[in-house]
Amino acid sequence: MSQWVLRGLKTGIKSTPYPARAEAAAGISPGYPVMTRYPGATARAVAGVCPTAALKDVGDRVEVDYRRCVHCYRCLRATETPMKWEPGFERSTLNAGGRVLDGAFERSVHILVVDAGDCGACLNEVRQLDNPYYNMHRLGFFITPTPRQADVLLVVGPVTDPMRVPLQKAYDAMPGPKCVIAAGACALSGGVFGPSFAAGSGVAGTIAVDVEVPGNPPPPLAILHGLLVATGKR
Amino acid sequence: MSAVSPREIECAKDELPGVCARLYADESCGFAGLIVEERGAEWELRYVFYRAEAPGWVHVVQRSPVSDTVFPSISARVPAADWHEREAEDLFGLKFSGHPYLGDFVLHNDLWQEGLCPMRKGFDAAKPVLKREPDPHWKPRRIVHAPGAFVMPVGPVFSGVTESAHFQLETVGEDVIRAFPRLFYKYRAVEKIAEGRPLEHALLLAERFSATTAFAHALAFCLAAERIAGIEAPPRARALRVLLAELERLRHHAGAIQEICESTGLAVAASQAAILEEDLLRISADFCGHRYLFGLAAVGGLARDFLDGACRNCVSQAGEAGKRLDRLEKMLRTSSSFLDRLEEVGAVALEDARRFSLVGPIARASGLARDLRKAQPYCGYEAFAFDVPSEGEGDGYARLRVLFAEARQSLRIMKQASTAIPHGPVRAAAALTSSGATLGWIEAPRGACFHWLRVSPDGAIERYRIVTPSFINWRGFHFAVEKFAFQDFPIMLASFGLSAAENDR
Repeated sequence: MSQWVLRGLKTGIKSTPYPARAEAAAGISPGYPVMTRYPGATARAVAGVCPTAALKDVGDRVEVDYRRCVHCYRCLRATETPMKWEPGFERSTLNAGGRVLDGAFERSVHILVVDAGDCGACLNEVRQLDNPYYNMHRLGFFITPTPRQADVLLVVGPVTDPMRVPLQKAYDAMPGPKCVIAAGACALSGGVFGPSFAAGSGVAGTIAVDVEVPGNPPPPLAILHGLLVATGKR
Repeated sequence: MSAVSPREIECAKDELPGVCARLYADESCGFAGLIVEERGAEWELRYVFYRAEAPGWVHVVQRSPVSDTVFPSISARVPAADWHEREAEDLFGLKFSGHPYLGDFVLHNDLWQEGLCPMRKGFDAAKPVLKREPDPHWKPRRIVHAPGAFVMPVGPVFSGVTESAHFQLETVGEDVIRAFPRLFYKYRAVEKIAEGRPLEHALLLAERFSATTAFAHALAFCLAAERIAGIEAPPRARALRVLLAELERLRHHAGAIQEICESTGLAVAASQAAILEEDLLRISADFCGHRYLFGLAAVGGLARDFLDGACRNCVSQAGEAGKRLDRLEKMLRTSSSFLDRLEEVGAVALEDARRFSLVGPIARASGLARDLRKAQPYCGYEAFAFDVPSEGEGDGYARLRVLFAEARQSLRIMKQASTAIPHGPVRAAAALTSSGATLGWIEAPRGACFHWLRVSPDGAIERYRIVTPSFINWRGFHFAVEKFAFQDFPIMLASFGLSAAENDR
């Protein structure tokens, strides 16, 4: 078995410098459209390209509702006057009245992940947080399989009907203080799936959300940023 | 896409099981799926068979008035049709006489009102429906009755980061006698909410319902839409589509290997594979913008072009990752403690794989070397040199070896695709809106995948049916999970690598 020890040592340290310093590697984020100024008629036409109504025509500019953006890139590739897109991933926000876990949670936050009907991508990006690149343990974040030990409830997916009760039960079983993070366009607005007879329009329809992480799917660093917001470090 | 049009057989109701059984008994025929359509005053049931070795499709079509909802079950003689009939019973309210076990499948009985059939045309998908309050005394069906036997429920929320699914492990103590999966916790009714929408919008659903293999599903959808419109993607788009599809396969397989390593608790190997998966995700995003290849496939070609240099650069970076994947395989194959946990775990016999028309790496690990890229080529796959790896044992270790071998073949195809990319546009001129129905198919990373599309004259989707490799292979999961030790359950799940999102739709 010594081959594994040697291989591990030879690999060296892979961890991202984020959040102490910026991460500059290529391919860490799909990018996000940002507010772009246009003359009136153009703004209307550009906003009309968006299939999920994430773009809003506000007279002289187009604004972006990140809860709805599903990264179809049509405002970049299917129009002659493309929106500006920016790399970066720090787009998580704390909701008005949202709870932040600080103080006692400085070095140890336990996270329960609930899949409320996601497509697999959000969940796969959450899984990446445990890989050597992101290594969230170094920041005191741990995944737990049980709600009884969880401080943070990280929910992905639009909340399908059969998951509504399990989600509520998982939340109720968590001891306070607790914080709910909704990650991904589906968890924030239903994405391309909800609302319908089978799925809701996001986590907020079932339990109150404290931190929102936009993206479809949000890349691992965006979720990490969401966790930092939830613990008051960002 | 292959120009062979399907042979259509229409037969009387009482002949249906016989006709299907004869087609199926011919060993080279696989069952692609049952497509139910409510067309005006008529049911149209389409049983799709594909030749596994030579191009060719056979559709057995059965029409009857909507008032007549009873059909003969074919699943006794075509076992692969079992879950298709259960799904049609749940969603359309059809009855299949002779089927041993219908009900409580897609729509969970403890939640849905009896007799509510969401796929019927009269059902409004936008309106919320009244659900039952979940019954707190609901209990799973027990099959094993022995002294000390009990059912251990697992899920839907369980373990660290896992998809929602529920398993009933029937046990008498240390050993599990059988495991009974209860799926469809993630049913988002993709097939229903696509109805009435324009193609461009339905493409978003095709791409996003199972996003770990997003490009494959989006491509299958586009191939179907292009066949209806009578257009073909230009040569440059076809080559780039092959490149992207194989990049996705490579990344998916690296992820599947990572999960297998992690399930056995071999930490360094799991980390090495995780580095590879993340590297491939980053290579994908650096190349095309999105880590899961969203926003690329478009009806008629691709939504954007790439520089030839960028393609070669992507392939050479992926090739580097491939070398490290080979090294990982070599190390794993000499780690006896790792192999002990995979060998003879979750074995699927060739006979079972064939009876249930299993697909993808799982079928190939059991010796059923079927691959739609070879049998029913699309996107110009016939011009590429590659092998279809297969093994014989059908256990966890065989599946792992197939994953490694397929990743190597994907790289081989990517290299060929990137060396001679034809010049020209990447998107065909849009066709005048045309209507019709056809099947799009693709060998997705998890296996054969079929998208049936019917478009009305106004360009809206009339029926969209997706038969996914996870749906097909979850049915085969039963054979693998009998008489095993508790601690092997995560390994079985990982070595099958099935997606609940892809199954539930």
